Amino acid sequence: MSAAAGSFGAGFAWAFRRDMRIAWRHPGETLLVIAFFIFVASLFPLGIGAEPELLRRIAPGVIWVCAVLAAFLSLPAMFATDYSDGSLEQMALSPHPMPGWVSGKILAHWVASGVPVIALSPLIGLQYGLTPDTLAVLAAALAIGTPVLSLLGAACTALALGARGGGVLLALLALPLFVPVLIFGAGAADAQASGLSPAPHLSLLGAGLIVAAVALPATVCLALRIALD
Amino acid sequence: MNINWYYFASPTTFYRLAGRIAPWAFVLAVITGAAGLYLGLVVAPTDAQQGEVYRVIFIHVPAAWMSMFLYFVMACYGALSLTFNTRLGAMMARSLAPTGAMFTFVSLWTGSFWGRPTWGTYWVWDARLTSELVLLFLYFGFIALANAFEDPRRGDRASALLALIGLVNLPIIYFSVLWWNTLHQGSSVSLRGTSMHVTMLWGMLAMAFSFWMYSVGTAFTRVRAIILERERRTRWVRGLVAGAHS
Repeated sequence: MSAAAGSFGAGFAWAFRRDMRIAWRHPGETLLVIAFFIFVASLFPLGIGAEPELLRRIAPGVIWVCAVLAAFLSLPAMFATDYSDGSLEQMALSPHPMPGWVSGKILAHWVASGVPVIALSPLIGLQYGLTPDTLAVLAAALAIGTPVLSLLGAACTALALGARGGGVLLALLALPLFVPVLIFGAGAADAQASGLSPAPHLSLLGAGLIVAAVALPATVCLALRIALD
Repeated sequence: MNINWYYFASPTTFYRLAGRIAPWAFVLAVITGAAGLYLGLVVAPTDAQQGEVYRVIFIHVPAAWMSMFLYFVMACYGALSLTFNTRLGAMMARSLAPTGAMFTFVSLWTGSFWGRPTWGTYWVWDARLTSELVLLFLYFGFIALANAFEDPRRGDRASALLALIGLVNLPIIYFSVLWWNTLHQGSSVSLRGTSMHVTMLWGMLAMAFSFWMYSVGTAFTRVRAIILERERRTRWVRGLVAGAHS
């Protein structure tokens, strides 16, 4: 093989390292997402009253909605900045196959925006008075669900590259597609809190993750090719 | 019979074909719509449990059917335009979207007016209602994305891909009443028979056909406008405009 030949794995590793390094050198963006997540989750008790029973009831839903919004807010970092400065075009010209580096970028987005949310969810859950077993189910549901959000978000942000009406358009595209993830994710913790098994919800989320991980990188590539055409 | 489909895939010829079909579709829509409303509002017996309120199904159910069916057709045209790079496919997808969104809205609206006396509430967050609402947002997203670019071809292709992604929602809407045990009732009509009075069924089918013909008429009228706009620099459109002015 010549030096110019690319491979899926090399492209994946290269894009992942690059985007992680960018996130590391601009920690502000990730910190903003984390601050947003904590702050919005703290607004609910202030807005609707701090009865422990009520808070325990709404906690999974509130934390999931905050996670969905945090994932949505960090979407522009995935392709939009690279698109506007032209580096996305350079990547498309690289010898590495497109699905490789696209998957690397999606994984980097999840590590920078999804993982902090998963790590912080027990903390927020404690503020809302959730029991330890519900906290564990909530974190597990977030761990399965947030990669799906990154994958779906990648497809939407790739479709909307260079469009008029940027942020609002992206919300209109992405948020309806996030709805099933939100329903099953919050449903898992709700089921656990009310004494039922969270397994059906987690299984459905897992099935969704498998389908999304197989189908969406190719879809994102198609959307990027349309954008770079 | 051997139809040359490629002949009608050209916007020029399709413009004329659509112009010939659209008026007939509207005529059929009016006739079957009048028959369906007559059957539904006058002939069909009063429901034993729900009284007269149930008559909203003659609008509600056909509108809900069309909302899903039109999305499916729109996604098929999107797939056609992406795979074969046909211009007409994308134009058809664009022209179906507003009608589909309208039917989705009508089915949600009539459903909520039926829900108020029957369920005691305008809205519940039941699986079918929620997934139908998501469908409405998918239509809005499609329309917004299709018109968000300077280059219409870019909007065509991006929105076609979005329509295909959103296709996942259709089986969820359709099977939601079976998968989740929620407030919205199951279907009364299936290929194996129906659990309702036969006049009700005929009224509903007539309304469904009427809505279908209305969709054909509006989509074809709209696609003619899109064709004229896109092809405005071509000689045939200029000839058409010159002919209209002389």
